[in-house]
Amino acid sequence: MINVNDLSKSFGSTRAVDSLTFEVKDGEVFGFLGPNGAGKTTTIRMLCCLISKTSGTAKIGKYEIGKDKDSLKIRKMIGLVPDNVGLYEGLSAYDNLDFYGKLYDMDAKNRTINIEKYLKMLDIWQDKDQLIANYSKGMKQKIAIARALIHEPKILFMDEPTANLDPESSKTVRDFILDLKKQDKTIFLNTHNLDEAQRICDRIGIIKTKLLTVATPQQLMEQNWSKKTIIELEKINKNILHAVKKLNFGKVTNAGNIMEVDVTDPKMQNPKIISAIVAAGGNILMVSQKNPGLEDAYLKIVKEIK
Amino acid sequence: MRISKALTIAAKDFKIYLKKRSILSSFIIFPLIASVGLPIIVQNIIGKSSAITPEGITPLLNSFLFFFIIGGVSLPTAIASYSFVGEKTEKSIEPLLATPVSDSEILLGKTISSFLPALTVLYAGAAIFMILINSFTYSFLGYLYYPNAGMWIVLLILVPLSIVLSVETNIMVSSKVSDVRAAQQFGGLIVLPFAALYVMGEIHALSFTTTNLFIISAVLLAIDFVFFILSIKTFQREEILTKWK
Repeated sequence: MINVNDLSKSFGSTRAVDSLTFEVKDGEVFGFLGPNGAGKTTTIRMLCCLISKTSGTAKIGKYEIGKDKDSLKIRKMIGLVPDNVGLYEGLSAYDNLDFYGKLYDMDAKNRTINIEKYLKMLDIWQDKDQLIANYSKGMKQKIAIARALIHEPKILFMDEPTANLDPESSKTVRDFILDLKKQDKTIFLNTHNLDEAQRICDRIGIIKTKLLTVATPQQLMEQNWSKKTIIELEKINKNILHAVKKLNFGKVTNAGNIMEVDVTDPKMQNPKIISAIVAAGGNILMVSQKNPGLEDAYLKIVKEIK
Repeated sequence: MRISKALTIAAKDFKIYLKKRSILSSFIIFPLIASVGLPIIVQNIIGKSSAITPEGITPLLNSFLFFFIIGGVSLPTAIASYSFVGEKTEKSIEPLLATPVSDSEILLGKTISSFLPALTVLYAGAAIFMILINSFTYSFLGYLYYPNAGMWIVLLILVPLSIVLSVETNIMVSSKVSDVRAAQQFGGLIVLPFAALYVMGEIHALSFTTTNLFIISAVLLAIDFVFFILSIKTFQREEILTKWK
């Protein structure tokens, strides 16, 4: 559905996006993760034909970005939820959506049907005639999503859709994205929220001007994060540390009375670690396992580039 | 270029303007001063001064025509500044640009939404102005002064050209400022050359004859053309998203 090949964008002498190559499959939720200024928004803007590319190619469906005759066709088949909701504060929710429906050449009947459908799905139908200025941030974000969907696009680009939302609104938006996923919409999601990416995305690309990696959340965690055994002791001394390091299972670190040991096979290695600690005179208070998290994997990948 | 898209954008803008008190008040106050206030001044001059002659009053009536040109450059500022900077401050320009609408259709829509209300109000004001002036001066002059050639040139050529100039100026100003008031203040500066021409008329350094009005029209047309090129260059989606303040 989206094919990006060696895509780059420069602003003057600054390289904002460098040689991106990836594809997003039909019906997939593709997460784009990266720190501020990594080029996430620039990438979305290029793919939505809002700004030009400097080099490379990208196809949305069968249309190519950067070609004037294809740009309008691409914009017709996509929906964009920008990082700022960008609604008309002086118009009602209904009028905002109706205006966009007209721009997408929808007839009056279909506009009415879709406005009702999406405002009801997002639980704001009862407030449809209120001015946008009177809505909460969460409600505005829901309307911005409804606006992007009003013409039933095949692909939805979302730029930080849950940024600055309270936990309840974030959950509503996340659940709604999951509903869209069930409807086989292709979703390109820019996010800072690793938990959100882990829960929603089929695959994740990590970007920092260049694309650092693309993988499923599970693969990212497994490839970039070892399992850790956490042991709380009454007291840690040199002998205990030496005994555990001697096992050579992986990196051993300690902070206060807590020791972290990287392990590959906890079931086999944990009893040996415990025996070594006890033999070295250690008094164990608690043993627990730390599972790999996307946050750790992300931080490791981004840190390696620094 | 699809006119229907431009009209959709213009209709949306109208809906918003109707809820903005500042825009509505500027569209009432200026035409009221020009169409009612000026004729009252003329009536007072004729009624109170026995020294005034028909030859003495006509230059004054001609110079009043210039108020409608000044209205043409000042009135659209209220709307155009909101139309462009308002989209910036509400950050609504990005989703608008993401729709299958071209830059020129957006620009045309926004031009229509500034042009039509200003033109309508100024024409309505001019009609009231002419009726009142004719009723106050008929017995004094012995004939209906308006509409005359000067008024036709002003209404059919100079007012539309001055409105277009004002809209184009506001597009360029909008790219450099980030709030509506600043846009109105900078955009309003375009009134100054016209005010200077009016003053020149009042001090008899320039007379608003048909020939001179045609010359002013030609100069304004040339400026409009240059500003049109500049505003088209300013209103490019990439410029808007990456360089507009």
